[in-house]
Amino acid sequence: MVPERALENRAQANGLIASSDGGPHEVGGAQPGAERLSNLEAVRMALHEAMVADERVLIVGEDVGKRGNVFLITTGFLEEFGPKRVVDMPLAEASIVGIAVGMAMQGLRPIAEIQFADFIYPAFNQIVGEAAKTRYRSNGDYSCPMVIRTPYGGGVHGALSHSVSIEALFYHVPGLKIVAPSTPRDIKGLLTAAIEDPDPVLFLEHKKTYRLIKGEVPEGHFTIPIGKADVKKSGTQATVVSYGYNLHQALEAAAQLETEGISVEVIDLRSIRPMDKTAILTSVRKTRKLLIVHEDNKFGGIGAEISAMVAEEALFDLDAPIHRLCGPDVPAMGYARPLEDAFMISTERMRAEMQKLVQF
Amino acid sequence: MPQLGETVTEGTVARWLKQPGESVEKYEAFVEISTDKVSADVPSPVAGTIRELIVAEGATVPTGAPIAVIDEAGAVAAAAPADQPPAPASVVSPPASNGRNNGATAGGARVSPAVRRLAREHAIDVATVSGTGTHGRVTAADIVAAATSAPVAPAAVRVAPPSAPPGDELIPLTPARRLIARRMVESKQTAPHAWTMVEVDVTNLWAWRMAEKDAFEREHGMNLTLLPFFMFAVAESLRAFPLMNASFHENGIAVHKNVNLGIATATEGSLVVPVVRNAEERSIRGIALAAAALIERARRGKLDVDDLSGGTFTVNNNGAAGSILSAPILVPGQAGIATMEAVVKRPVVRNDAIAIRSMMNVCLSLDHRVVDGALASGFLADLKKRLEAMGPSGAL
Repeated sequence: MVPERALENRAQANGLIASSDGGPHEVGGAQPGAERLSNLEAVRMALHEAMVADERVLIVGEDVGKRGNVFLITTGFLEEFGPKRVVDMPLAEASIVGIAVGMAMQGLRPIAEIQFADFIYPAFNQIVGEAAKTRYRSNGDYSCPMVIRTPYGGGVHGALSHSVSIEALFYHVPGLKIVAPSTPRDIKGLLTAAIEDPDPVLFLEHKKTYRLIKGEVPEGHFTIPIGKADVKKSGTQATVVSYGYNLHQALEAAAQLETEGISVEVIDLRSIRPMDKTAILTSVRKTRKLLIVHEDNKFGGIGAEISAMVAEEALFDLDAPIHRLCGPDVPAMGYARPLEDAFMISTERMRAEMQKLVQF
Repeated sequence: MPQLGETVTEGTVARWLKQPGESVEKYEAFVEISTDKVSADVPSPVAGTIRELIVAEGATVPTGAPIAVIDEAGAVAAAAPADQPPAPASVVSPPASNGRNNGATAGGARVSPAVRRLAREHAIDVATVSGTGTHGRVTAADIVAAATSAPVAPAAVRVAPPSAPPGDELIPLTPARRLIARRMVESKQTAPHAWTMVEVDVTNLWAWRMAEKDAFEREHGMNLTLLPFFMFAVAESLRAFPLMNASFHENGIAVHKNVNLGIATATEGSLVVPVVRNAEERSIRGIALAAAALIERARRGKLDVDDLSGGTFTVNNNGAAGSILSAPILVPGQAGIATMEAVVKRPVVRNDAIAIRSMMNVCLSLDHRVVDGALASGFLADLKKRLEAMGPSGAL
């Protein structure tokens, strides 16, 4: 790892995220006692409220203190909570997570930050081998109440090491919860739930949505249960399951189709594991058609598990083959715009796939 | 002999419309064929002259068997020597597998699992449904539409008899009536029905219902009938006698985990059987509310497919119309159907004295392939016991 990496990351991320194509997407209507926040601000609000509410909560990671995180999420936290609760760590992801595991087992509530999901691999053993197995291995004597937060996903011109989706690498692991919310409200409610959860939670934040997506977020403490999907748009002719940045595109495509009299239901998975089978099956039994959209590679991805589950439980309700629209099976997202575009799924492609599926 | 339906294996020549020597245009009807389901005028595959009628009127032959020989127009068949085969003649026998095998659409495309299941549940021949999907695929929505509206029949096929005698009125079949007819015939032809009955003393049950009636109406805004009490008892008895909650299949008897009780419900000019799911998990009140919602939707014609599918046993409140005895026809795929007949006060012997009690007959038709009389009698006796044990001290 090059020592300058973090600084590069910061400059790159700030510049690129701010220049994301398209204006901010608005999510949800106005509510009393709610503030209009971006996804990034929702992360900050949840972290801040948790730090204020519970002194066992602390943040460990690269550039989380002095620099206030590469996306400026924790700006001012070091000054407010001090260096014992906002801990700048060296560029050593295995140590960041490993130390957090020890803290969690001893009664603290650490939030470990992996600066970009692309850098999580050195911590794989600590997450999969230690955190996820602590409760089982100690026969319930110890638990590991920790959150591993990390920005993931592409479409920000981030190239090989700032674009990856990692959910499929971890969702095979029992004992580990994985959450990937897409809207400011869901981010706050689920991050709060993750911090309060008695077991390890991998919390994924799609970096392209950080400043792109805005919406109402209620003030004060609230949680959204981990393991519950959300029907973001109801419809009758096909079900689309997605999460992350893709979810917002799916909603846009569905809204366009609605004006043409085509009714598509869009489910925001929100939690990848545990997965809300009931929500998916209920919808598929109604619409009889299923499209799964995710940015992560297709082979062995989240869509594979959803497909298998639906085929096992609802085959005789299906009126069309299950379809997956996913990232291509190439090693990484290229830097060149045409390569990035080829990896990312456009709203137009989603719209065309939905149309085809409804017509099938 | 052309194949006039997916499951048809033979046909009867009802009437020859052309005689030997007469000419026939291509697609002109030249014979009327009848099967157990339909009658149809069969169009000629070629233009020509009828040479020979092989099958006599009234005779039944398997599909695929030759029924006539037509000399194709332009050929000099009549001049052919007798010992030579009539080469240019066309033997009329459309292939039996004319694109309709195993539930496939006319184009030979496969059907989706949902279409196959829905078609079976609604007794619809997929081949008769015109598809709206890509390349004319029959979609699940097409099957649902066909189940609730007029099915699209092949042009040459019509239902027998074609006309009524003079002075009689011929009421055209609605899709619902057609479906009822088909399913009732299917049930009677495939399930050997046996029948049995018990009489039940419902004096205490009646008193209970009367005691709860006003409070129930105040709370839920609906009349509390005897039906939910009956359904509750039936569900309990079915749990005690799971073989009554079963279906016959060639490879075995499927004993159902849940009790999904169909309620035979008369609607304007028709009959539907909406299903209260998981009745075994519901209280009397729960059944009452679920049943009332279904019956209400049925009367307004607002039932959807799920409301009508998945039944494992059916109840019928015949007594509401005053009947004291009935022999119901099974819903296809179910092993039993029970009726509650009218509650009437009758003198009965109690403790060697004559008492006036409210009595109700409960009739049961059963699929004798699944259960035998002894088990059915045990089920009815159990049901009788449960109903007679119900009284004002119970909990709704």
